[in-house]
Amino acid sequence: MAEAARARPIPTPETQHFWDGTKAGELRLQRCDACAHTYFPPRPFCPSCGSRKVSVFPSSGKATLYSYVINHRPAAPGFTPPYAIAVVELEEGPRMMSNIIDCPQTPEALELDMKLEVAFDKLDDEITLPLFRPAKG
Amino acid sequence: MRRNQVAVVGAAETTKLGVIPDMSQIQLHADAALNAIADAGLKPSDIDGIATAVETPQQIAHYLGITPTWVDGTSVGGCSFMLHVRHAAAAIEAGLCKTVLITHAESGKSMIGKPPRSIPAYSLQGQFEAPFGVYGPPSMFPIPVLRFMKTYGITHEQIASVAVAQREWAAKNPRAMMKAPITVEDVLNSRMIAYPFRLLQCCLVTDGGGALILTSADRAKDFPQKPVYILGTGESVETPMVSQMETFNSSRAFKVAGPTAFKEAGISHKDVDHLMIYDAFAHLPLYGLGDLGFMPYEETGKFIADGNTRPGGKLPLNTNGGGLSYMHSGMYGMYALQESVRQMRGIAPAQVEGAKISVCHGVGGMFAASGTIIFTNER
Repeated sequence: MAEAARARPIPTPETQHFWDGTKAGELRLQRCDACAHTYFPPRPFCPSCGSRKVSVFPSSGKATLYSYVINHRPAAPGFTPPYAIAVVELEEGPRMMSNIIDCPQTPEALELDMKLEVAFDKLDDEITLPLFRPAKG
Repeated sequence: MRRNQVAVVGAAETTKLGVIPDMSQIQLHADAALNAIADAGLKPSDIDGIATAVETPQQIAHYLGITPTWVDGTSVGGCSFMLHVRHAAAAIEAGLCKTVLITHAESGKSMIGKPPRSIPAYSLQGQFEAPFGVYGPPSMFPIPVLRFMKTYGITHEQIASVAVAQREWAAKNPRAMMKAPITVEDVLNSRMIAYPFRLLQCCLVTDGGGALILTSADRAKDFPQKPVYILGTGESVETPMVSQMETFNSSRAFKVAGPTAFKEAGISHKDVDHLMIYDAFAHLPLYGLGDLGFMPYEETGKFIADGNTRPGGKLPLNTNGGGLSYMHSGMYGMYALQESVRQMRGIAPAQVEGAKISVCHGVGGMFAASGTIIFTNER
């Protein structure tokens, strides 16, 4: 029996650029051309001012750890507990949910505000997930 | 909305609470509804307005044999019933209907006749949260709390004391699921669920339901029960994605719904005799005390740890035992409303003597929605 896989996103027309980006090794955000608001998750208009004039741009991939839980039970399919479910704050402002890799999944190792950098994890030919690891240096 | 124009004249929970494997979810709705209709001295045919969540209003209306002229299917999670009360009060005042039935029920434990909850993979949650291992409320709702604790200097022991205080209230309530006394140490030694939260900081999972009957305050005096008036109301939504909250230091939905209700009621915090804050998890009362303006966030943990919300404390909070110790079928808001109504009628198992104003504050989803109802027993 195949191992249960983690939940796999299905892109929509409005989010396709994001998933194309992670596949290409870029963490893409959007910025409003009218009011300069930077936002996530993707949509073809600015959630701050309503303008439809928005641009896609690659983020630096730098982030800090905003908050998290270390999930023990029940575990999601494809995950071995305990594992951290984190919300990271990107250097450009928006926050996103992710996992922290290359780091013990413990309260001692996972310090709020620690510096992180994006790491791309290929799920299959279509989907690459943006994960984060402690920043080097 | 004008104050005290609408009253609760019927209120009841399902005949049994807890584990009810011999009833489907819609029958739990009906059991609660029939109890509330009887409490108000009515028949189903007297009801001309209906509101419910998760199950559809058409399902419940048809099952009960009701032909409504006003319908509300607002379904924003566990506080849906607070929003129903607000909408029903407006509808009654506007003359859209005279007598409204609001029902909740959930076969949360036994899962009999309960449709599965799922997050579609194409939704924004499905794309940007589900792939990272969220799996049910315990893995999502506590995500903001470490940030809240760091910002305000709240300790693990203080949050554990929420569960301890509520267990003291539950001990006075024959219908509470969990009545054995617990200590802060018991809470902090209970099984880890999703750090920093352990089993005793997470709500129960049970079966049950509740229903309310509302009518105009002018008609209320002709009903058999002591009327409980709607003094103020508020509601809002923020986001279905916990990761996308504006901040983890407060809930925007709480900060809109709560103050709106206080302003409408024309009361200040010192007027509040009794308080319910929906506690799916132990951090919610801290957010509620801060977001509703009872005190600075920094003081919320100490306030509870010092015993101010316990029996005999100056601000009785979650006096049925709450979602942590009374019951939690999945959408607890209805049970918080039921306890507020009991307190205002003066019939609660752990009655707050002389209580005249009760604030009932609800959450939906993971801080996704909020509704606040302020009740009084004086017109």
